[in-house]
Amino acid sequence: MTIALSQFNEVRLDRVSREFGALNALRDVSLTIQRREFIALLGPSGCGKSTTLNCIAGLLPVTGGAIWLDKSRIDTLRPEERGFGMVFQNYALFPHLNVRQNIGFGLKMRGTPRAEIDRKVNEALSLVRLQGQENKLPGQLSGGQQQRVAIARAIVIEPPLVLMDEPLSNLDAKLRLEMRAEIRRIHNELGATTIYVTHDQDEALSLADRIVVLRDGVVRQVGTPKELYDSPAHLDVADFMGFRNKLKGTVLAVENGRTVLDVEGSRISGIARENLSVGSTAFAAIRPDDLILGEAGGNALKVKVDTIEYRGREFVGTAHSDGGLDFVFRAHQPVDLGTTVHLQADDQRVLVFAEPIKGRR
Amino acid sequence: MEALAPTTRVEHGPSLRQRLAAKGFDAVTLLAVPAAIFSLLLFVYPFAFGFVLSFEPKNGGWLANYQRFFSDSYLYDTIANTLWLSVPVTLLNLLLAVPVSFRVRLMRRQRLLTTILVLPITLGTVLVAEGLLNYLGPQGWFNRTLVTFGILDQPMRLVHNYWGVFASLVITGFPFTFLLTLSYVTGIDPALEQAAATLGASAWQRFLHVYLPLLMPGFAITFCLSFVQAFSVFPSAVLLGEPAGSTRVISIAAYQAAFEEYDYSMASAVAMIMGFVQLAIVVLVLASRGLFYRGPASGAKG
Repeated sequence: MTIALSQFNEVRLDRVSREFGALNALRDVSLTIQRREFIALLGPSGCGKSTTLNCIAGLLPVTGGAIWLDKSRIDTLRPEERGFGMVFQNYALFPHLNVRQNIGFGLKMRGTPRAEIDRKVNEALSLVRLQGQENKLPGQLSGGQQQRVAIARAIVIEPPLVLMDEPLSNLDAKLRLEMRAEIRRIHNELGATTIYVTHDQDEALSLADRIVVLRDGVVRQVGTPKELYDSPAHLDVADFMGFRNKLKGTVLAVENGRTVLDVEGSRISGIARENLSVGSTAFAAIRPDDLILGEAGGNALKVKVDTIEYRGREFVGTAHSDGGLDFVFRAHQPVDLGTTVHLQADDQRVLVFAEPIKGRR
Repeated sequence: MEALAPTTRVEHGPSLRQRLAAKGFDAVTLLAVPAAIFSLLLFVYPFAFGFVLSFEPKNGGWLANYQRFFSDSYLYDTIANTLWLSVPVTLLNLLLAVPVSFRVRLMRRQRLLTTILVLPITLGTVLVAEGLLNYLGPQGWFNRTLVTFGILDQPMRLVHNYWGVFASLVITGFPFTFLLTLSYVTGIDPALEQAAATLGASAWQRFLHVYLPLLMPGFAITFCLSFVQAFSVFPSAVLLGEPAGSTRVISIAAYQAAFEEYDYSMASAVAMIMGFVQLAIVVLVLASRGLFYRGPASGAKG
């Protein structure tokens, strides 16, 4: 592999802020990215993840803080001076240039000799497995092929950092899984330091070395996929990590990181993830997979079944309690609609969070 | 066992109405009839009439009008005079419209600015011509200011010559050229420029390698439409120009033939020649579009 990536140790975001008028799109985002790392920026729409990426790329000026590439400050440079490869959500391929010209565009702009452009473009073409397509225009390619061209175009300039802005969101479900594996394979082969923006936690969990969860322009949690999946730090991160049942209750007892809540008169115990005081409002978060049919008593709540969906190996149901809480649960057999059942969760699988402070918006 | 009996054979295919509808003819098609009659009566018939009339000269054979036009320099020079005005004016307008469009594209109060820029269209050529006559005349503001500040010794001659008509055509033609250019420029996905920037292209390289190739077909159309407008210049050539000399444009020749010589046949011949020259330029420019990329101006299929 002769597509070499420029040598550096880390990219550092130091209290980066970005204001749009009165609105803080980003507030004091600090993050250090090591060489060869694959970082996913994860969050709901409007959380500031694309803003962060555009600030790093130089497409948006930062209004506070600084971005460093090792010892040089880069947030004052124009995008063309930074030389980061970027993959856009709609790929942004040049429609009038063929695949070869699109991939070679960055090298041509740098005044690379033609023979070297040809050699590097050929390597990029084989890396993304597009040999034989080089003379087609972007309009003649399928979505997945366009995606490959966009990736090849970004990495052929041998950037210190590859930025990807929701690159899979325009593909259908099957192709999305294929391209996800492709992106992972290319990353493994090339080791390009990558920042990947997505709102899909599956993508983030499967691709990233570390995940950064953003919300309302603030970093909520940074960690490996396993850390985030197993122990989200806040209720909104848990929500993003698939804890779809959020049961509001009052704290009855806290002891050694274990806590007991009163949820509509039933006692639910779980692992406390934040500081809780007796008598305060808290939420018990449970994944649908961990909420199953059980008996009254041990960590269970009485609910009425609303819907049952067949999912192949099992059933997924929704239900509601007398107090108006909604539930999503897993079942091995179908349950009659409208029946009253008890839903139970292992107390090791229940996480308890403090009530979130109301957001800025 | 009626259920097993053969089903009724389809005796005949879809009705005439269905077959016509499949080809795109239905009741809605009738709505186009008034427009068709209108253009037949007001465009096709007069055009055909003029065409035939141009071959029925007052004197001489059927080509006499055309022979006269191309043998009299006072007549055939009008083609060069008109081109000498309309081509530079159109190119200048396009050249001015491109940077303005690129700037306006990024502005928030686009509508206000667009309205101001478009105002000259609504004023009409005659008002603009009269205004310029005063403003650029020997006693007008423009010359007086320059003379007062000692930049000029004596007033510059800016009206009743080529430059008077030129200025008027730029003022009345620019808004039209600008609006068309703006619509083409805003039609290009801004992500393409961003992509080019991240790939290391400077602002000039982005224009040259991304915007320009994608805009060329649009510029060709804009050129044609603006050119046709400028080519048929008449009021400002008479009011601001030198109608007997350098700005004796082809429409003046047609006017004189019709209303000074009362030779409608000759006037028709001049009009036909005018139309042919316009058509030739437009065909030339549009054909050159084939040299450029002409597909959609966004990267993805959507």
